[in-house]
Amino acid sequence: MTGRPALDYTPHSETDVRELLEAVGAGSVEELFAEIPAAVRFADELHLPAGLSEAELMAELTRLAAADCPASGLVSFLGAGVYDHYVPAIVDAIVSRGEYLTAYTPYQPERSQGVLQSIFEYQSAICELTGMEVSNASMYDAGTALAEASFLAGGQTRRARVIVSEGVHPEYRQVLATESAGYGPRPETAPLAAGAATDLALLQGALGDDVAAVVLQQPNVFGALEDMAAAARLAHEAGALFVAVVDPVSLGLLAPPGEYRADIVVGEGQALGNPMSYGGPGLGFMAVTARLMRRLPGRLVGETVDAEGRRGFVLTLQTREQHIRREKATSNICSNHALNALAAVVYLSWLGKEGFPALAELCARRAAYLRERLLELPGVEAYTAGPVFREFVVRLPLPATRLVDALVPRGFLAGVPMSRFAGAFGAVAAETPSTGAPSTGAATSATAADPAAGGNAAAAALDDVLLLAVTEKRTREQIDAFVAAVAEVLAGHGEARGGSSVLSESGPAAEEADRA
Amino acid sequence: MAAESYPQDLKYYKEHDWVRLEGDEAVFGITWFAQDALGEIVYADLPDVGDTVTAGAPYGELESVKAVSDVFAPLSGEITDVNAVLEDEPQLVNEDCYGEGWILRVRLSDQAELESLMDAEAYQKFLAEA
Amino acid sequence: MPDGEMSTACREGILGREPRLTIFERSRPGRGAAATPALDVPDKPLDEVVPAALRRTRPARLPEVAEVDIVRHFTNLSALNYGVDNGAYPLGSCTMKYNPRVNERAATLEGFRGLHPYQPESLAQGALELLYTLEGWLCEIAGLARATLQPAAGAHGELTGLLLMRAAHEARGRAPRRIVIPDTAHGTNPASVIMAGYDPVAVSSDARGGVDMDRLREIVAEGDIAGLMLTNPSTLGLFEEHILEIAELVHGAGGLLYYDGANSNAVLGISRPGDMGFDIVHFNTHKTFSTPHGGGGPGAGPIVVGEELVPFLPVPTVEKRDDGTYYLDHDRPRSIGKVRTFYGNVGVLVRAYAYIRALGPDGLRRVSERAVLNANYVLAGLRDLFDVPFERRCMHEFVVSATPLREHGVRAMDVAKRLLDHGVHPPTTYFPLIVDEALMVEPTETESRESLDRIVEAFRTVAREAAEDPEMVCAAPHTLPVRRLDEASAARKPVVRQRFPEDEGAAAS
Repeated sequence: MTGRPALDYTPHSETDVRELLEAVGAGSVEELFAEIPAAVRFADELHLPAGLSEAELMAELTRLAAADCPASGLVSFLGAGVYDHYVPAIVDAIVSRGEYLTAYTPYQPERSQGVLQSIFEYQSAICELTGMEVSNASMYDAGTALAEASFLAGGQTRRARVIVSEGVHPEYRQVLATESAGYGPRPETAPLAAGAATDLALLQGALGDDVAAVVLQQPNVFGALEDMAAAARLAHEAGALFVAVVDPVSLGLLAPPGEYRADIVVGEGQALGNPMSYGGPGLGFMAVTARLMRRLPGRLVGETVDAEGRRGFVLTLQTREQHIRREKATSNICSNHALNALAAVVYLSWLGKEGFPALAELCARRAAYLRERLLELPGVEAYTAGPVFREFVVRLPLPATRLVDALVPRGFLAGVPMSRFAGAFGAVAAETPSTGAPSTGAATSATAADPAAGGNAAAAALDDVLLLAVTEKRTREQIDAFVAAVAEVLAGHGEARGGSSVLSESGPAAEEADRA
Repeated sequence: MAAESYPQDLKYYKEHDWVRLEGDEAVFGITWFAQDALGEIVYADLPDVGDTVTAGAPYGELESVKAVSDVFAPLSGEITDVNAVLEDEPQLVNEDCYGEGWILRVRLSDQAELESLMDAEAYQKFLAEA
Repeated sequence: MPDGEMSTACREGILGREPRLTIFERSRPGRGAAATPALDVPDKPLDEVVPAALRRTRPARLPEVAEVDIVRHFTNLSALNYGVDNGAYPLGSCTMKYNPRVNERAATLEGFRGLHPYQPESLAQGALELLYTLEGWLCEIAGLARATLQPAAGAHGELTGLLLMRAAHEARGRAPRRIVIPDTAHGTNPASVIMAGYDPVAVSSDARGGVDMDRLREIVAEGDIAGLMLTNPSTLGLFEEHILEIAELVHGAGGLLYYDGANSNAVLGISRPGDMGFDIVHFNTHKTFSTPHGGGGPGAGPIVVGEELVPFLPVPTVEKRDDGTYYLDHDRPRSIGKVRTFYGNVGVLVRAYAYIRALGPDGLRRVSERAVLNANYVLAGLRDLFDVPFERRCMHEFVVSATPLREHGVRAMDVAKRLLDHGVHPPTTYFPLIVDEALMVEPTETESRESLDRIVEAFRTVAREAAEDPEMVCAAPHTLPVRRLDEASAARKPVVRQRFPEDEGAAAS
C-alpha cells in the first residue's frame, strides 16, 4: 500500500475531481485555466523542495528551532520594547481555540460576537491603563502606531512638523521616518539633556505654530523617566497635540497619560501576554481623547442592541476606514492584531486590578535592586539620573557588546548594547538651537552646523552603555548570580588590560558548543 | 421615515439639495431622494457659522453606517446658522428632510446663481432621467 | 462593584440563557487569579523606588475575577464566534482555507516563540535560516528577485511597495505622481496610494470585467504615471487577459507595476506575477499560505520585488555568509528604512514556512487547481438564481448579483444574514463596487464536495425563501445568539469602552 506522498489539505479524491469537472463542464483541470494567456502560463515546475509528511515537517522545524537559543531559556535582561514576561497557561488555552484563531474580521457581527466582545473588553482595558477615552482594536506594532499618531495629529492640526524626542525608541522613530516619506507631518527630533531625559528647554525652542505634535516616550529608551506633564504643557501652549509612547506594564505603577493630558497614546503591547516571537507579532496599541475619536485609524468596536433589545457588539464608525472612504480614509489599515489583543485582555484579566500593579511594582523593585548592585561594581557608572521603572542603562568600563558576549556562555543575556542604536542620537533638527557640549551622561546633541560629527560622538559615547530590563521572571538569586558574573568579567577585563584578553576567547560560538 | 415628496415651494439642485429662499438668505437641506439613497444617517460633519460656501463645492459630509456622502452647496454665501440639533440627532435628516432636518442657513452672495436651480417638476424629471 | 449596580448594564439573556456580561461586569472586589512572585529583594519604601509624584493615584479598574471564571468567560464567548474550524467560510477575497494545526505547533516551538529580537544573531540561527529560506521560496513563487518579510499585513505591504516605487523613481531622477487603480480594487489600494504621497487615478472596467484598455491608454497618455496596482485574478475572480499589454503600456510610460496578491490562491505554480510583468508583489500569508486570520489579525504581507528595487528594500535584510551562517544586514545605504519595528510578524512567517514546506510544488499547484475547480462548481450551482455579471470562466472566486431578489424586497445583505441561519458563513457583500448587490463567493480548496453542496443548497434555500417569505429573510438572522444588530445607534452614540457605575454618576452631576 502507498499512502499520500505529502501533506495535502484538500479533501477531494480523484473521483471527486472528475465528477466536479464534469459538473462544471470542463474536460480537464487544465481547461479551467484556459483564460490565462499562454504567454504568462508558468510552464515549469516551482523550484521548491518536495512536500513532506507531518512527522517529517515537524522534524525539520524542530531542527530549525533547536538551532536557536531563545532568550526565554536563558537568564535574560533584554528589553527595549519586547519583554520576557511570564505568559500564563490560560492565555495559550484561549487564543488557540479555533473559534477565535480561525475566524475572519468580524464583518458579520451576528456570528462574531466572541471576537467583537473580546475587542470591546481589550479597548476598555487599554482605556483603563492609559486613562484615555477611546482605544482602537489594536494595530501592528508600536512603530506603525506612532506613524499613525503623527498622521492623525497632522490631519487634526493641519500643521507640517512633528517633534519627536530622541528618547523615543530609535526603531519606532525609523518606522515613522520611513512612512512619512510622502505623507503627514515631517518628523524632527528633539535632543536629550543630562540625565538622558528630553531637554525641555530645547524642545520649547523648537516649537512653533507649524508643529502638529510633540512625542515623548515614558520611560524613554534609556529608561529615564520624563517630565511628561511639563512636555504636554509645552505642546499644548504651542497648539500642538501631545503624543505619549508608553510601556503598558509601566502603567501598573506610573501615572497614566490621561492624567498628564496626552492627546494620543501609543505603544508596544507584546508585554501583555504575548510571546516575544523574535519581535512579532505583538500588537500596537493606540488610544485617544474623545474629541479625536473620528480621526482614529483602525477598527473600533462599539456596544449596541439587537432587534429584540439584547446587548451586542459591532464594528462602529466604519466610515473612517478604507473599505468605505477609500482614498479619504484615516489610514490604509485593514486589519488589527485581534488575536494578540485577545491575549492581552485575557492576561490583564488574569492579573486583575490588584495583580497588575503588584507585578509592575515587583519589576520596579527588582530593577532598582539590580541597578544598585551593578553600580556597586568598580567601573560601573550611572548613566541616567533619577528613578527608573524596570529598565535602565549603565556605563561599563568595557564595550557593552563584550560584556554581553562574555556572559552568554554563563547563561546570561546581559542586555541590549546601546551601540546598536548608534546614529539614532545626536541628529538635532536644523531649526533647533544648539547649547554646545552636553553635560556628562547626556546623549550627545549635535550642533546645527555639523550634525554628523555630533552623531559620531554620540555613537562612540554609547559603546560602553548597556540597557537592562528586569521582569518578574528574574529572581533575586538570578540577579545576584548575574551581578557576580558581571563582576568576574569586569575583574578579568581589568587584569587583561594591556595583556591578552580572556574575553576574546569566549563568545557565542563557544557557548553553543558548551550547551550542546 | 416620511414618504417620498418634493415640495413645490422649494428649489432644487442637481446634487440632490433643496433650497428655501427667504429674502437675501436661503436654507439648505438634502432631498428625500438623497436621504433615502444614503440610508440611516448617523453623523453630520458640518461647517461653522461665519464660514463661506461656494456653489457646486462640498461643504460637509453626511455619514450612514456604511457610506459617506459629500453635501454640496447649491448657492454661494456666508453661513449664518447651522442646524446644531443634527449633532445629536442626525437622523432628523431622514425623518424630516424638509423640516427639522434642514442643514444650513446662508446669506447669499450671488443672486445670479438662482438661475441654475430647478423647480419641483424639473427636479422630479431630472430624477426620472437619472 | 455591587451586584445591583452592574446588572443595570446587562439587559437580557442570550436566548434566555446566561446574561451577556463583560469580563469587567463579572468583577467582584477581592477576587483574582494570578499570584505575584514573592518580593525577594530588600524591601524599602516604594517612594524610594519610584516617587509618588510619578506614580498613578488610582489603579486601573481591571477585572477582579477567579481563573475559572476567566476561562469560562472567554470559552463561552468563543461559542458566539465562527471560524474555519467550525465550518465553511466562503468569504470572497479572504481565502478562508483550513489553517493546519501542525503550523500552530511549529510556531509554538520555544526556539521560535521565545526569541528576543535583540539577542545575538549567533543564538538565532534557526530563525534566520527559516526567514532566509522562506524569502527564497516566495521569490520563486512570485518569479522575482528578492523579498522583505517585514510588512505586517497586506495593506502594510502595499504601503511598503509604494514607498519602494517612490525610491526607485527618485533614483531614476523622476517624481511622477499618479498611480492607476482599477475600479474593482480593494479599498486599501487607494488608501495606501495616499499614504505613500501619490494620487490615485481610477481606471474603469470593460464589458468582460477586465481593465478598460482604451481608458488606460488615455490615462497613460496624460502622463505623470508612477505606476499601476492590479489584483490578478481581479476581485471579480477573473484573470486579466490583457496583462502583458498593460505591463507594456505602464512600463513604457516609466511606471512600475504592483501586484496585489490578495488573490494569489488562484495561480500558485500556474502563473507568476513576475512573468506577468509585475515589479512588486505582496502576498497575504493569512490568505494564500494558510496562516490563521485570528479574528482580524495578525497576518503578514511580505513583498517580493524585481532587481531594480532590491537596493531599496527595508532594513534589515537576512543574508547568508559563505560559512553557512546567517545575519541581519542593517547596512544598506539606499534602503527606504524600516517599515516595522524589529523583523516582521515572525510567528506568522513560521506558519507560512510550514505550509509551503509541507505542500511542496505539487501541493501548491493542487491548491490553486482545486480552489478554481471548487469556485466553478459552486458558481454552476447558483447560475440560474442570480445574475452573473460577466459570463466567463471564474478563477478561485466569483461575483454574482442578488438583483433578481430585489423584486421581493430582499437585498444582498439580507441574503448574507439568512445564510447565517443555514449554518454557512456568508460571502462578501457589496464588493466590488461595480457590481450591484454583489455577492462574492470564495469556497477555497479545502472544502469537500459535501461542503460545497451544502453551500449551494444554503444559497438556493435562501433564494426560495426570499420569494416565499421575504419578510422573514429581511429579519434574519433568527437562530443566532443575537438578532440583527443596530449599527446605526452604535455609530450615532458610540459606546466604545466599559462604562462603570461611578462614571455614570460623575457624568450626571
